[in-house]
Amino acid sequence: MTAIINVRRVSKSFGGVVANQDVSLKVNSGTITGLIGPNGSGKTTLFNSIVGYHPIDEGSIQFEGEEISKLPVQQIARRGLLRTFQQTRIYGAMNGVENMLISLPHRKMKIWDALKTFTKEDYERADHLLEFVGLYEKRLLKSGDLSFGQQKLLEFAMALMNEPTCLLLDEPTAGINPTLINGLIDRLKRANSEFGITLFVIEHNMRVIMNMAETIYCLAHGELLAQGTPDEIQNDQRVIDAYLGAH
Amino acid sequence: MTRNKTILYALILAFTFVCPFVFPNFGTQLATLWLMIIVALTWDMTGGQMGYNSLGNIFFYGTGMYVAALISIGMVYDVGDYTNAAGGGIYAFTDAQYFGGLFLGIIGAGIFCSVVAVVIGYLTFGLRGPYFAIGTLGVAIAAGELVSNWDWVGGGQGIALPVYPGDLDTGKIFFYFLFAAVGVSVFVFVKWLYGTRFGAAINAIRDDEEKSDAMGIHTLRYKLYTWAMAAFFVGMAGGISAFQLIHFEPLESAYQTINLGIFMVVCVLLGGKGTLWGPVVGAVLFHLFKEVTWNYLLGWQWVALGALIVVTVVYFQDGVMGWLMHKRPEWFGIRIEEKIAEETE
Repeated sequence: MTAIINVRRVSKSFGGVVANQDVSLKVNSGTITGLIGPNGSGKTTLFNSIVGYHPIDEGSIQFEGEEISKLPVQQIARRGLLRTFQQTRIYGAMNGVENMLISLPHRKMKIWDALKTFTKEDYERADHLLEFVGLYEKRLLKSGDLSFGQQKLLEFAMALMNEPTCLLLDEPTAGINPTLINGLIDRLKRANSEFGITLFVIEHNMRVIMNMAETIYCLAHGELLAQGTPDEIQNDQRVIDAYLGAH
Repeated sequence: MTRNKTILYALILAFTFVCPFVFPNFGTQLATLWLMIIVALTWDMTGGQMGYNSLGNIFFYGTGMYVAALISIGMVYDVGDYTNAAGGGIYAFTDAQYFGGLFLGIIGAGIFCSVVAVVIGYLTFGLRGPYFAIGTLGVAIAAGELVSNWDWVGGGQGIALPVYPGDLDTGKIFFYFLFAAVGVSVFVFVKWLYGTRFGAAINAIRDDEEKSDAMGIHTLRYKLYTWAMAAFFVGMAGGISAFQLIHFEPLESAYQTINLGIFMVVCVLLGGKGTLWGPVVGAVLFHLFKEVTWNYLLGWQWVALGALIVVTVVYFQDGVMGWLMHKRPEWFGIRIEEKIAEETE
């Protein structure tokens, strides 16, 4: 199996605070990979480094074999590596369908394609994906008025609309009604299996991540603490200590 | 609805055609109204639809004036000699030279301004919010000062262009229709543009540029294209103004930052930012207000205008169309009944 994201010995500090120290990990193509760790362990920093929000101090990050650690956000996004935000970001003034249509993959368009009006297929695809995340009934409401959980689902649907190769999800279940979480796990798995999108997921909800991921990496204090299958991670004493604060 | 709309558009277009003949005494006023509509609609392309409030669009107006004038003069005479004579020498233009120069000048002004917009945009689109506004304002002011010190283009005296060769009243109608043609073109163009994927993308930039970046939209490229399109039309409008005014100078008529440069923004705010009809409605209301106060409140006209600006900015930010959209959402196809239904269930 080939690594689609290859992070090698990445370090990042903000002033005196070391957020990531010598982190190496791989996300294999076509899989679901998890990233866990206590609060402040550097998970989101690592995500931001991968998608180019800030430069890294040391190390290398490759996407599909290409070095991307020096590229800005939009260029990385145009290579098909997308992320969702922990604090959801949608276009609040527009309704769900408009949010979806804006998310069409502009990277695959020449300017003449961009100057076309939306096609029937665009609308069908938008409706289909809104149906997929369970927001079809609310598609014409102003999306800023949706609940936080619904906005998260919308952001996920928007990401799918963009046809990414690889999707980085920052806490997809945070703020989502517990009764909806099972449905979301199912949808994430289907996005992976049906649309062939590689997923790299930060998650605090252990039940969710253990159910989904094939490989899990655990960060603590900015360093990689453990890696392995869900079973191995669950039984790793260092991981348990880190979460209970004995580290 | 669609049929009613078609009838409405046909009526407006017909009115546009008969207007200068029904109100022959207002020929120049009506032409100026079209100029307002053009600059308001184009300002809204970046200000309302893309979230970049430029105070420098007047730069394209002034540059358009100069480029059109220089092209039309340069086709017949040496520009340095012509401007050196400051309208005093004998420089006759045949009808063919006049109209040839006029049309090529206006088109050339549009193209030149588009190209310049890309260059200036490349330098200024890194700025956000008020910094972009001030940065672009700086460009316009600097351009006015530079041009007024450039003797080859007439310096502070400006340029005197040949007078329209026909009789005066025909000339007024001619310029009215030139402005109206560009105005209608701008309207049709933006109406189409805002319905495309491109239009949606610039709305995305307005609502959350960082998110647009993260979604892989070519934000800088789209910003440059949008501004270049706006600059094309503003440059053409400037070119027409140059011939309509006959004589213009750099600071008060070409790069008139505090007059037209601000008026276009007020028109859009008054009518409703980010809406298709807002700039048009705003331009009509603003122009009416301005002309009425200039006639009946002479001496206080700037005070009245300032009061209008303050009231608009402080109490009426959504403008006429924004207010209507809030009061009568069903007119705009915004559906809120589902939400109400859901809440009452």
